[in-house]
Amino acid sequence: MKVLEVQSISKSYSNHIALDKVSLSVTEGQIFGLLGPNGAGKTSLIRIINQITMPDDGAVLFNGAKLCADHIRHIGYLPEERGLYKKMKVGEQALYLAQLKGLSENEAKAALRVWFEKFGITQWWDKKVEELSKGMAQKVQFITTVLHKPKLLIFDEPFSGFDPINANIIKDEILQLKEQGTSIIFSTHRMESVEELCDHIALIHQSRKILDGPIDEIKEKYKQQIYKVDFSSTNLDFLNSLPEHLKLITKNKHQAEIQIQNQSPASDLIRLLIDQSDLKAFEEKIPTMNEIFIRTVQEN
Amino acid sequence: MNKIILIIKREYLSRVRKKSFIVMTILGPILMAGLMMTPLLMDTSDTEEREIWVCDESNMFRSQFEDVNDTHFEFIDQNIELIKEAFNDSEAFALVHIPKVDTATIDLLESSVKVYAHKPMSFSHQELISKNIERVVESIKLKQEGLTRELIERTRSDVELNTIILGESGSEKSGSTEIAMGLSMAGGFLIYFFIFLYGAMVMRGVMEEKTSRIVEIIISSVKPFQLMMGKIIGIAMVGFTQFALWIILTFVISTVATTLLIDPTDVNISDLAQGSELISHELQNESGLGLIFNQLEEMNITFILLMFLFYFVGGYLMYGSLFAAVGAAVDSETDTQQFMMPITIPLIFSVIALQTILENPDSSLAFWCSIIPFTSPIVMMGRLPFDPPMWEIALSMVLLIIGFIFTSWIAGRIYRVGILMHGQKVSYKTLWKWIRQS
Repeated sequence: MKVLEVQSISKSYSNHIALDKVSLSVTEGQIFGLLGPNGAGKTSLIRIINQITMPDDGAVLFNGAKLCADHIRHIGYLPEERGLYKKMKVGEQALYLAQLKGLSENEAKAALRVWFEKFGITQWWDKKVEELSKGMAQKVQFITTVLHKPKLLIFDEPFSGFDPINANIIKDEILQLKEQGTSIIFSTHRMESVEELCDHIALIHQSRKILDGPIDEIKEKYKQQIYKVDFSSTNLDFLNSLPEHLKLITKNKHQAEIQIQNQSPASDLIRLLIDQSDLKAFEEKIPTMNEIFIRTVQEN
Repeated sequence: MNKIILIIKREYLSRVRKKSFIVMTILGPILMAGLMMTPLLMDTSDTEEREIWVCDESNMFRSQFEDVNDTHFEFIDQNIELIKEAFNDSEAFALVHIPKVDTATIDLLESSVKVYAHKPMSFSHQELISKNIERVVESIKLKQEGLTRELIERTRSDVELNTIILGESGSEKSGSTEIAMGLSMAGGFLIYFFIFLYGAMVMRGVMEEKTSRIVEIIISSVKPFQLMMGKIIGIAMVGFTQFALWIILTFVISTVATTLLIDPTDVNISDLAQGSELISHELQNESGLGLIFNQLEEMNITFILLMFLFYFVGGYLMYGSLFAAVGAAVDSETDTQQFMMPITIPLIFSVIALQTILENPDSSLAFWCSIIPFTSPIVMMGRLPFDPPMWEIALSMVLLIIGFIFTSWIAGRIYRVGILMHGQKVSYKTLWKWIRQS
């Protein structure tokens, strides 16, 4: 089921176009990676989904209905530029933010107790935010984002400011939320976490969507028929005289990367290699998201 | 609606619970009471004995110089040069040299009296000496003209005016200019003070949200306009609380202090500073105080108080949203200066204009300033005790409400864009762009 549907959204500011007819849809329990270089329009799109700004053109549907103020309590948003009131106590502040999302005071208190215990931070309740470290404050922010059990969560660079241990805790929480059926939009530059977490990605570049699809399909599509081959011997001279449709990409002591440049099957290549050398391992090279990202952005 | 109440609650509680609020609320009245008490205390504490030597060469003034309180006049019949030498080594406070004159040349005294002192003299001592000499000179001149002082005293009269304002319906009201002016000034200044003090608080609050980056989290739950108005209203309530506490505490402290520090049998009303002569005069006539209250009643005190509340709140709300817009537009306090100018100028202008307007409450300056919403809260408040026409009051109120809606609309548009802008140099041109942006 589609939780969020963005239909041909355009938004321009006085001196530039931020979004140009961008469409995408997020289904239930999906982690949706929203990628793009700096200034591509990701934040503009996220702000439109959060009803912070209005699109010039196009529509956003939430659970099939036109996005409206009632949907605020079903959306959780952790912005990239985030902070808390420094002089306010942690507990009070979390309570306030939860109530702004539409929880009653008692609901919020009960939910906060659960989360504070889960993260082992109950003793922070009466501390002022200015006494917390950056990572500690980020934990509190994460809690306030997910506390009201939103159907759609939007994380903009959620791991920035976390040490690897805490980043892992947050990653596990995100995966658990997904298990529970929460849809998650995940905007980041860190491609390794995209590969780890995302089911589906969309790439925005210069205000336009240039790539959209399930992460496996995209990888499949971006495969370049490059194969990684391991050899036992170090005598790899025969690689310099490969047939025309095979291209040697790299070569070192025991290893080589070979690209098939026509549509001939990989088994032909294996046969050729077995005939001429002592082949140890043969593997198709799957492009990383990082490579796909750089390639698509540069091509456009 | 529920959310704006949450915002108001937070803005109010987070400020009222601050240490600085509590300290200011307690310290304010103590300072105020101190300010009010100092003249009284100074007056009683200055008991140092002073001796003033007088060298009266024509020997005409001895009878006129009577010892006053702590000041003793010592007449010395010796050559002035000798006295000067003695004075140099003495502890005496001052030496007055009145050169020799006779009834024909007495006018010379106007410029030839000399006072020698070790250090600069207070104005009141100078006054005392010159008054004494003047009286003698006067008496001598009167005698020359064949008049006596008693005769002059008898012909003096003291007329107090009871201004009666005739209403169009034939009603009569007595009006007192002094009281009206006092009320006007106090009301106008209070509004001015309130707008600046709490407007700046709104601005700093907005900047805090912007620089701490919490604002984006909040406006994903509420509309930016709700956040802005919630803050403005919450801070207004902080202001009301603080003002109420100040008034109550000032009253309590000054009552306590007066009873503790000043023995009532000691209070000699004529001792009070010269400026309070008018009040003491009215206090001496038993009916004086009653008269003030009578006149206050005549001026329809409830009406004025209600109006005061309206202009107080209206003026604050109108300027408050502008302060919020400035806070949203800048990244740091140092950048606020350029945008504060257009806000402070009309406010300062109103206070300056208020003083001229009090002289002539029906002038066209008074009219326009009390109609235009940017100056009306302060100026109309000042004019109210002088009974401006009802239609002018109504017009000014309606325009103030429109002005408030207008400024919050403008401010809301600047605010909405500004709070999410970081690290951009903002000029008036950018603000204009933000206002036009949909």
